[in-house]
Amino acid sequence: MKSNKAKPGALKKTMPLLILAVPGLLYFLINSYFPMFGVFIAFKDINYAKGIFGSDWVGFNNFTFLFQTSDAWIMTRNTLLYNLAFIVFGTICSIFIAIIMYELVSKIYSKLFLSGLVLPSLISMVVLSLLVFAFLNADSGFINHSILRPLGIPEINWYSEPKYWPYLLVIIQLWKTAGYGSIVYFASIAGIDKSIYEAAKIDGAGKLKQIRMITLPLLKPTVIILCLMSIGKIFNSDFGLFYQVPLNAGALYSTTQTIDTYVYRALMQLNDIGMSAAAGLYQSLVGFVLVLVVNAIVKKINSDNALF
Amino acid sequence: MIQTRGERAFVIFSAVVMSLLTLIAFLPFILILVASFTDEVALVRDGYRFIPSAVSLDAYLYMKASAFTFIRAYGVSFLVTILGTVVGLLITSMLAYPMSRKDFKYHNTLAFIVFFTMLFSGGVVPSYIMWTQYFNVKDTLFALIVPNLLANGFNVLLVRNYFKSNVPIELIESAQIDGATEMRTFFRIMLPLSVPVLATVGLFMGLAYWNDWINALYYITKPQYYGIQNLLIRLMNNIQFLKSSQASNVLGANAVDLPSTSVRMAMAVVGILPILFILPTMQKYLTRGVVIGAVKG
Repeated sequence: MKSNKAKPGALKKTMPLLILAVPGLLYFLINSYFPMFGVFIAFKDINYAKGIFGSDWVGFNNFTFLFQTSDAWIMTRNTLLYNLAFIVFGTICSIFIAIIMYELVSKIYSKLFLSGLVLPSLISMVVLSLLVFAFLNADSGFINHSILRPLGIPEINWYSEPKYWPYLLVIIQLWKTAGYGSIVYFASIAGIDKSIYEAAKIDGAGKLKQIRMITLPLLKPTVIILCLMSIGKIFNSDFGLFYQVPLNAGALYSTTQTIDTYVYRALMQLNDIGMSAAAGLYQSLVGFVLVLVVNAIVKKINSDNALF
Repeated sequence: MIQTRGERAFVIFSAVVMSLLTLIAFLPFILILVASFTDEVALVRDGYRFIPSAVSLDAYLYMKASAFTFIRAYGVSFLVTILGTVVGLLITSMLAYPMSRKDFKYHNTLAFIVFFTMLFSGGVVPSYIMWTQYFNVKDTLFALIVPNLLANGFNVLLVRNYFKSNVPIELIESAQIDGATEMRTFFRIMLPLSVPVLATVGLFMGLAYWNDWINALYYITKPQYYGIQNLLIRLMNNIQFLKSSQASNVLGANAVDLPSTSVRMAMAVVGILPILFILPTMQKYLTRGVVIGAVKG
């Protein structure tokens, strides 16, 4: 054996480290890589009797069928628009919270505030759906019963009126994530050199002006990077938010269907493996391209923040 | 430092707005907490309120009466969370350690293998077919622990970065000169020196397991494997069924006796409790994790 490259005992050195890595590698191999090779399912007409590998190839038929339905357009539109709204409003709210929270940083309250604002992001989508239900259910919900009725406004059947859900879901998502999202900005603001503010103050700049001229411009790189990262994930949606929070209500599909909920419904409720797999591959591929593009852009702006 | 009037006004403004925001964050929780202690008839008649018109412990008494179901679901949730977090943390850090060693020949290969899983995924369908057809995980505890949740690329890279930047290589070298094996170095030096990142990642994993209901949605059909989240879903659906049959007088007066709405709220309260307990102690690990995770991907 020619081992002119390997130093004596190289195997003895690498082997124990490789053994440590094996359980994790095996897990990623099974959980992530096997399904990657399974994407060919999208090009088959799966028949369990014939098995996955024995089922007939149908070329791009699943995709042709998928894109002929109105579902394809609705779920793509919803996924993209919700994500855009989440990115824009989420960033604004998180920065706003971070700035005013920073003003209180020396006070004992800030820890309490932080706990309070982080709590919504720690609960499950199931519990969230119950919280929302307490507000929105038609008969005894807080909004209908304690706000609309006393005001004499006609009550709304929230779970059967799709037109309200774009607003509701954005508000719910902001309620859940804005506090958590502000932590990153809070850390960035904490990292800003205090002497800049001192100098601005001596020059007579008020608080608002300091925020406008110092804090916001210095946050810009963080904002850009985080937004770009979110854009890389713009084809993904939080399944629970769009499935469980609207309580899987069929009447709301036009505004709550996203690619993730479609994949679930096609697979588990309609038993249409082909369509579900096609939608899933469509999501994975576009998502992959988006991440590559975004990373290339991030690399141009600030190579330290690039993913790879 | 002398504050100008504008500054003082701004501090007051911030305090007021923060108090309001915190209130908004807490209000829904208070609403369901109050609802869980509200008399069922009053809840249906007067709606969800912050000040109940009639207080009652019925919901909790009902839960106590059918304690077996609730305790079992709680047990499943705890078991899955603890097992998943311990095993997940172990394989995550065991994989992260070789990746953090620059002198290890394959550290970049490993990093790529892990990293690529964050970029591309095979999607739900192949993974569902694999777990159900080839691993037969339907209706097993395995299905609640292993698919998707046991380890992820983000956490592995988080731990690797910590190992890389916080444990000096000289320490590892000197331990090995003294004759420590890789196993020993990992368990006796790396892990004890990395408690903060392990706490952070463990917290992420624990929360993910405690809050997970999607694995059960795909892989569990038998209620005895339901954790607290899926029991909650089942309760929501079943109560809707109870209500519609009540309308057709199938159940008659019995449906009113069951504090259906307040029980759901009580369940939600019980489901959040563990999170409320760990939040004060774990908060610093959580915030640290968010910051290192976001700034350095």
